[in-house]
Amino acid sequence: MAAERSDPLVSIRDAKLHYRVGGALSALRGLTNVVKAVDGVTFEIGRGESVGLLGESGCGKSSMGRLLLKLETATGGEIVFDGADIAGLKGQELRNYRARTQLIFQNPFDAVNPRYTIRAILAEPLENAGIAKAEHETKIAAALELVRLPQPEQYLDRYPHQLSGGQLQRVVMARALILQPDFVVADEPVSMLDVSVRAGVLNVFRDVRDRLGLTAIYISHDLALVRYVCERTIVMYLGKVMEDGPTEDIVHEPLHPYSKALVAAVPVPHPDQSHDPLPIGRGAPDPRNPPSGCVFRDRCPKAFDRCASETPLLREVGSRKVACHLF
Amino acid sequence: MTETLLSVRDLKVSYKVGRGTLDAVDGASFDVPRGSIVGLVGESGCGKTTVARALTRVIADNATISGGQLLFEGRDLAAISEREMNAMRWRDIAFIPQSAMNSLDPVYTVEYQLNEVLRKRGGLGRAQARKRCEELFEMVGIETNRLGDFPHQFSGGMRQRVAIALALALNPKLVIADEPVTALDVIVQRQILDQLRELQQQLGISVILVTHDISVVAYICDRTVVMYAGRVAEQGTMEATLTQPSHPYTMGLRNAFPDLQGAASGMLTPINGAPPNLALPPPGCRFAPRCPFAIDKCTTVSPETLEVAAGHGAACHRADEASKLRKLATRTETWMTTEMAEA
Repeated sequence: MAAERSDPLVSIRDAKLHYRVGGALSALRGLTNVVKAVDGVTFEIGRGESVGLLGESGCGKSSMGRLLLKLETATGGEIVFDGADIAGLKGQELRNYRARTQLIFQNPFDAVNPRYTIRAILAEPLENAGIAKAEHETKIAAALELVRLPQPEQYLDRYPHQLSGGQLQRVVMARALILQPDFVVADEPVSMLDVSVRAGVLNVFRDVRDRLGLTAIYISHDLALVRYVCERTIVMYLGKVMEDGPTEDIVHEPLHPYSKALVAAVPVPHPDQSHDPLPIGRGAPDPRNPPSGCVFRDRCPKAFDRCASETPLLREVGSRKVACHLF
Repeated sequence: MTETLLSVRDLKVSYKVGRGTLDAVDGASFDVPRGSIVGLVGESGCGKTTVARALTRVIADNATISGGQLLFEGRDLAAISEREMNAMRWRDIAFIPQSAMNSLDPVYTVEYQLNEVLRKRGGLGRAQARKRCEELFEMVGIETNRLGDFPHQFSGGMRQRVAIALALALNPKLVIADEPVTALDVIVQRQILDQLRELQQQLGISVILVTHDISVVAYICDRTVVMYAGRVAEQGTMEATLTQPSHPYTMGLRNAFPDLQGAASGMLTPINGAPPNLALPPPGCRFAPRCPFAIDKCTTVSPETLEVAAGHGAACHRADEASKLRKLATRTETWMTTEMAEA
């Protein structure tokens, strides 16, 4: 197991990903030309830890995932993976990094080449990593076994459209795991699947992670799903971390006003549930023109003067960290 | 409350595929009481969208309503002429298509699109239509100065609100919403559902809400109709179907759903296997191959709907044992037996 060492596997300090958008016209209309998709995010991920990145569309959770995989290069701050800054990785070092880190995509049907057989889909990473042809068959069989698709001969010569969504998502997972990575980013991996098969895929994910001692990031907007796979959750809003702590603590007693709204919004399958209006203002702000001070303040029911003038820093509050002037 | 607005009787919708036919809906019956929200739940391919579309008779070219009745205020929608049906669309029955937020035309302003319905369909004059547009935007909570905006200038949640405004334009009696919140974040989802509920009560309309998500049903619906492989598996009040599910499929769905109010350690239990190929449905009960409680009879005889309580029915041979099965269904081991079915 990789979880023996106590130093974090990933350490992110003040990471920024700013995109330039628009041109002279939007500048004339008084809009800034920068979208801060990730803006000063700091956290660490321990070896073997699973962390959920929670937030709405546009909060920067997927951008954060892409930064970690070096699919985007940070425009500020640093990301250290297993002791080395990933910013300068090039050539063979970058290829090695790619083999150690993997992404599990949201829509399995978009994540594979429809003209490849399952065998070809799974062989591709092996070829890229220069693994001898003779070993392919056993490695592919082992990866399929791992994601609970036993009897691989049933699948290997089929094409993606011949598999159900749940089966194909397992193939995508097998492809991500076939090179035995240390770190996996799963970006809403079950949101395209039917409820009855979702549970199966989540169970496989949990099981594989535990068996391989994987370090994982699970990106979602649904706390109920995050809770099922992650012991720790980071809540993001407009590119910043709002709260970071044990998932159970956030579920039972969210501290940040934004976390409170997210928890209250999670749909539950019971007839008896609160129908109170959510404690949050409508409409997310324009990311090109976020509010001054705390980015959440214009939707926050508890905002006061200081929130407009001063950006709250992430501070330790008991078991977690919260970026809010109330704490 | 008990007056029935729409009564679907033994509806059958067939698609022509290759040389054969495929019954996407094979004998579905349910009622929509006036002033209620009915949740039509099921997985991809269960026929829920086909039922919804059949109600407006806007179905694919290779599909036909091959049997049954659609009694809307006593009138059979399956039997009237296309012209009569067309006169009822928007005025009596409005449809919000799946991913309605992408169904708006990107090259026209939303006011133009509202006007198309209001003026061409509703026969309103220019000034009246303008007034109605403003009214509708106020109803769904969008500032009226945004009427002249194009769809891409709105967020996903706001486009969904525009789609709702469009459906309500001519005061229909029944609104059919196909997966209205599926692509939305949890917070926006909740706000849209609140809006839909509020408008439904305020206007006294009926809604058929097509969804795959039982938590949406739990939040907003009065009644539930659970579909599986083209048939109705279970139906009843929302409370009854969720707290006393009587069809094993409904029980399984309930187990597979993550629950924030439940214990953290709770395992999610999938229903192993996949729905049958409707071109070659299994004889007997269509859920039998995935059902942990299937007995011999289930694989040969198709079950009739058994009433387990007043207004609560399940199409299951073992529905009379439902309370016993419910207990068994909460155990993960129960569902392990069909583990290999998927392979």
